[in-house]
Amino acid sequence: MSPVNTRPKSGGFVPRDRDWQPDALTPWYKTSVKRSPQAALLSFPTTLSEETSPVFGHGLLGKLDNDLILNYAKPGESAIGPRIIVHGRVLDEMGRGVPGALLEFWQANAGGRYRHKKESYQAALDPNFGGCGRTITAEDGSYEFRTIQPGPYPWPNGMNDWRPAHIHFSVFGHGFAQRLITQMYFEGDPHIPLCPIVGVLKSQEAIDALTAPLDLHHTVPMDSRAFKFDIVLRGQRQTYFENRKEGM
Amino acid sequence: MVQKLDNLRESPSQTAGPYVHIGCTPNFTGIDIYGADLGTVMKTGPVKGQEITITGIVYDGTGTPLRDAMIEIWQPDAAGLFPSANETRGTADPNFTGWGRSPGDMDTGEFRFETVKPGAVPWPDGRMQAPHITAWIVARGINIGLHTRIYFEDEAEANASDPILSRIEHQNRIPTLLAKKTGEGDYRFDIHLQGPHETIFFDM
Repeated sequence: MSPVNTRPKSGGFVPRDRDWQPDALTPWYKTSVKRSPQAALLSFPTTLSEETSPVFGHGLLGKLDNDLILNYAKPGESAIGPRIIVHGRVLDEMGRGVPGALLEFWQANAGGRYRHKKESYQAALDPNFGGCGRTITAEDGSYEFRTIQPGPYPWPNGMNDWRPAHIHFSVFGHGFAQRLITQMYFEGDPHIPLCPIVGVLKSQEAIDALTAPLDLHHTVPMDSRAFKFDIVLRGQRQTYFENRKEGM
Repeated sequence: MVQKLDNLRESPSQTAGPYVHIGCTPNFTGIDIYGADLGTVMKTGPVKGQEITITGIVYDGTGTPLRDAMIEIWQPDAAGLFPSANETRGTADPNFTGWGRSPGDMDTGEFRFETVKPGAVPWPDGRMQAPHITAWIVARGINIGLHTRIYFEDEAEANASDPILSRIEHQNRIPTLLAKKTGEGDYRFDIHLQGPHETIFFDM
């Protein structure tokens, strides 16, 4: 059949670039030493199991799910810390916006303390800050949420290791092959080049890809600053011409 | 100069860290902003096919259970159809989500899924694959999420002709991909990040 005037078929996902993504074993990040597989990963083309993914409808979201300043606060109160908006787009490697992508994010409070049963840092909990939120990207792949800027904090690795201020992101695309967890850092943070976890990234370009610039065009004047953070997921090939033997 | 390819690079992965629960299973760590944690329930009503449970523990290279991991699974329904927008072969069981998420128990590290035995789905060339579940593991110390598959030891015939299992050079490692039957409808799938029983992980 002629490809003219037919819709392109979705193909497999572009292979993950393992020379760009961090390695499993990064001894300066000590926990990786006994948690890193040592055998070679098994490569094969994506199948339906990886090209499909669960669907999360916008109906899932509560009104304050994307507002960490208010979503854990008592009525009339709000979380303590520098008020910021984080916005950006979820794109694929071909630059197409990814609509309907579920983003879940979590972070420490302004003092660098997480609300978690196993957290032991002495910085105070903020009774009005839970530390998590979620949203789903719009048709053009854009998203936005409001929060407070998290603080840096010490962590047990070397004797004096500190995490730069960061927000964790969990991202679903349209195929389970795109599943990704990463972290967003803030432009100008002096802890970025010192952090062993940032140090698993293989190049300055990779660090820059996770560092959000201040974005004065998206601030709310006299209210909240804004940072822009785009996320890129693996691309899915699209073609009119399927990889099938002639006549099939 | 030739034209530029204006492709983008995938965002680099970073570890989920020790507090992944805050973002992904907040109720599990006592934060009650949303209703139930996503992925806890895979069956939203009566489902077709055999209902099964899968339990397991993720072990590090010393044999110590990870008590801060998060495991997700993704699978088709009993007929081999995915409840996904990308599924074009038919409509999946409306009472089955196909996706589960489980934090390991904070003390024992054990994860648990209540799901259905998946149907078979085709390989790109049309051959059928053995029934399997995609699994994805993240935790502190894991720099990029680990993909593997859960096959079933009681599907010996399908496993023997599976396009992936049959191309694995080290056939003695295949048992690391097989869920072991521990009772009627109960399966055990332990995951070893390292060591002599290291699970086969996929470049996915």
